[in-house]
Formats: sequence, C-alpha cells, structure tokens
Amino acid sequence: MADKNTQTNAAYEKVMAARDAKKLTAIDYIANMFGDSFIELHGDRRYSDDKAIIAGLGMLYDTPVTVIGIEKGRNTKERMERNFGQAHPEGYRKALRLMKQAEKFRRPVLCLVDTSGAYPGIGAEERGQGQAIAENLMEMMTLKTPILTILIGEGGSGGALALAVADEVWMLENSVYSVISPEGCASILWKDSAKAPQAAEALRMTAQDLFGLGVVERIIRQPKAEDKAMFESLKLLVSRTFEKNLKLSDEELTENRYARFRRIGNAQGGSLD
Amino acid sequence: MDLFAFVKPKNELESSAEKQQNVPFVPEEMWIKCPKCNTMLLTTDMEENLHVCTHCDHHFRISAKQRLRLLADKHSFTEQDAQLTSSNLLDFPGYDEKLKKAKKKSNESVICGECRIGGIPTEICVMDADFMMGSMGTVTGEKITRAFERATENRLPVVVCTVSGGARMQEGILSLMQMAKTSGAVKRHSDAGLLYITVLTDPTTGGVTASFAMEGDIILAEPNALVAFAGPRVIEQTMRQKLPKDFQTSEFVMQKGFIDAVVTRGKLKQTISKLLKMHGYKEAE
Repeated sequence: MADKNTQTNAAYEKVMAARDAKKLTAIDYIANMFGDSFIELHGDRRYSDDKAIIAGLGMLYDTPVTVIGIEKGRNTKERMERNFGQAHPEGYRKALRLMKQAEKFRRPVLCLVDTSGAYPGIGAEERGQGQAIAENLMEMMTLKTPILTILIGEGGSGGALALAVADEVWMLENSVYSVISPEGCASILWKDSAKAPQAAEALRMTAQDLFGLGVVERIIRQPKAEDKAMFESLKLLVSRTFEKNLKLSDEELTENRYARFRRIGNAQGGSLD
Repeated sequence: MDLFAFVKPKNELESSAEKQQNVPFVPEEMWIKCPKCNTMLLTTDMEENLHVCTHCDHHFRISAKQRLRLLADKHSFTEQDAQLTSSNLLDFPGYDEKLKKAKKKSNESVICGECRIGGIPTEICVMDADFMMGSMGTVTGEKITRAFERATENRLPVVVCTVSGGARMQEGILSLMQMAKTSGAVKRHSDAGLLYITVLTDPTTGGVTASFAMEGDIILAEPNALVAFAGPRVIEQTMRQKLPKDFQTSEFVMQKGFIDAVVTRGKLKQTISKLLKMHGYKEAE
C-alpha cells in the first residue's frame, strides 16, 4: 500500500474507489439481480469449495443463468472467510465446472469480477494455480454458450482474466483492470511503491482508459444498494445481451469471441505489420 | 588479424595488474563458475556439454538461438514474423529506453518458425531470456498466436520452449490480453487434433505459466527450472514464511502432477522426436 504522503492523481483515485471496502460486492449484485431465485452451487469436485468464488443458478426474468462471482466479503469476518477475494485453483476449477455445466444446457454465464489477483501462496502453487487459470482461458474461448463478464471493483491480472474470456466485458465506472497492481509495478520498476499513482496512470487501468483501448465494450454507472432502478436497468442490459448472443450458432459465438481477443492489441499495434 | 588476440589482456589496467603479480594470464571468459556447485568450469567444456555443468548437471540458461540449434535439424529452420517488433504502445515511461537496450541483445522475446525435428516438420517457438527476461508483450503473444494458427492450417505439431518472467507490465492490459489470445489459438490447434509439446525452462513464471506453458498435451521441463505462477519472492512477502526446499523446481512441480517429465538437455531432442513419431507425424520427403 502506498503511504499517506503519496501524491495522488485521478487514476489512483479510481484504484482507491475500486478497492473501497464499502462498495457493493458480488453477493450484493447477485441478491439485487437474481433475488430469491439464486441457488448456490459449491465445490470443484476435485479438491474443495473455494469461498472466494460464489457461484450458482438464478433467473434473469425468464432465463436461467449461471452466475459466478469473486466475493471479497463485506466485513472483516466475511473477508477472512472469503480470503479477501483471492481465489485458489479450486475456485477457478469450480468456475470452470459450472461453465461446462452451463454449456451442456446452453445457459448463459454471467461472471462478476472483483479481485486483487489469484492467491499467491504455497497451497495455491502446489495445486497448480497457473494450470487452473490457463485451463479456464482455453476452455472459455470455445465455450458454446454466451459469456458476459462485469468488473465490479478490482480486476487483478490473471486471477481476473480467468473469468473474463467473454463475448463482452463491461466495467463499472469506478473499477480498474490491470496486469499488475500499481504498487507492485512501482516497486518493481522504480523500487518505490509510493510511486503507485504514476504507475496507475502509466498502466492505463481505469474503466475509461480501457474503453479507449478497446478492451471493454461498456462502462456501467455505479449502482447503489438502495437504487433499485439502477439494478433494473443493469438486468435489462445483461438480459438483452444474452438474448442477442443466444440467437447465434455455436460457431458464430465462439468465432466472435476469438476475434474479439484477436483484435485487441492489434488495433493498437501500428507495429504489428 | 592478430592470432593471439585471445590471450592478450583486455585493457591496460589488467595488463599492469598482470605484471605486478607476475602470473600467467588466463582470460576470464575461459572460465565460468557453476552457480549451483561453485565448481570452476572451462567454458569450452561447459559449452560442449550443451551448457550443462560437467560436475553437477546444472543447466545454464541458453539463448533462443542456441536452443534452436539444439532442437532443430541443421539448416531446417525458417523464421516467420521476424518483422514484428515490440514498441511502446501505451507511451509507458522508460519503456523506449528498455526496448532499445533489449534489442541490442536479441531481436524479440520469442523466435517462431517452421523446422524439422528428427526429420519431422514442426512449428517451433523459442522464447528468449535475453530480451527483457522473456516477458510477454503484445508481439510475443501475436507471434505465438500466429505460429499456432499456421500450424493448425498446415496440420503441424507445435513445440514451444518457454522462459519468461511473466507478462510485460510496460504494455499494461494489452500484455494480459495475450494470455487469452494465445490460449485461444492453442485451443483451436488442440481441437483440430494436433499435438502440442511444451518445454519449460528456467524460469517459467507468471502470465506465461498461467497460459500456453501449462496448456501442452505433453509438458516437459528441464531439470531444476523454476516453474511458478507467483514467484518465490512474491509468496514469501505475502506469507512471511520460508518456502520449503526445492519448492517450485520442475521436479517439485512434476511431483505435484503438473509436468509430464523432466528431461535433461542432452535427451531433449530425441525425446521430442520420439513423441512426434508416436503421434503419427512423418518425416518430410
């Protein structure tokens, strides 16, 4: 964490807002969008149930949807329980299991991402954190059912991407998405984590920056818990996107998804040919 | 040409020191110390032994070109996409200078193209630690993606030798996106029923581990290579505890079930060509 003396800037303010402990978490989104229809499904059928990832089925109007969210927890007790939203391999494997299940029934998948990153620990390494993420990237690319990902806070590197190989990726106006935390970047490159604000700017990690880079399709207004109308319009938006993509053939769907990622970076790269 | 240039001291400072000590001068570059067993090795011996310590079998890092010579049949390699070079896409401060420095040592973080291994036509990608520690930027991802796309079209197997510090942070989110892009290309190659072999070398970490490095049908690794998602320093910082001995070495990762076989450098080529044959790939006419 950068100390109080750090000179802040607009990009870093966004990082702070994305990490704000008071903001809504995945559980709030699930409650507001799916209400009583949500049924949580646990476990990766391999090792255990990772509580950093909450997943299950819910009804979006008349359509059953598989929803997978990274949950940071809303108070200290919950945050400990949820490992601060840092998933282990079994979390990513639970997500993949439920995505495969969704594919079987051609049920759309909604992913809600809010994580500082995949957990860097001994157990996570021993159980193949890299392999778990890699497998999700591969399998999601050809999953024969619509996938939509919304970043609702922090999007930290591979741990976020493992749920973001989607047909479209949306971001809340106060969310960020980056290959590395600005503190990590500043301490590696400039040996000074107090330079995190400069790093935040250089990394172009805000929703607005990423929209400009063509990495996300839509920026969503930040909903508040009591703001039922906001959630209604979000539901409508999600539902319309699924409806549109459910009409596509498997081939069109996966072709579009591959092309989406094929395009990113190329649009930027004047140097690529 | 001065025939004895190689025995002459490099500069005057060294030469005056020589005279004072009155000892025969041996150029430093003739010797190399093994970082694992501390044995002083004659560079020529070490090189003849494929850059492996003759005393303890420590595998020294080698460049992408050296590895290509090791794996590809003589004169069989045709490079592709050499024109793609990294540039400062996000105007990241200091990246231009870093690239300039890196480009003096190596062209790019990965070399891709078609070669023959034991006579069998194979698409090969070799990452290069000499270029910004093999970090994955947009060009790295693009070259690897194109290699898989070419192989899918030409129905060739792919061999990728990884060495990487992870994603290249100077390219921000665009470097992260390479993980998804390359994984997509691997999946399409895989769905076409084609073989993909990865060779993990020291070090293979971060975004490369969490994408194409771990996606091979068969995953080989050189002995004692660091294979990790989060590197040991990151973990020690978060956990504030010492890591177990040999943690994240290729042998350790194999024991945990994520690597098929640890293969010494001397046996790498024959192992790969055997595997290619067993999957029905034929020698070119």
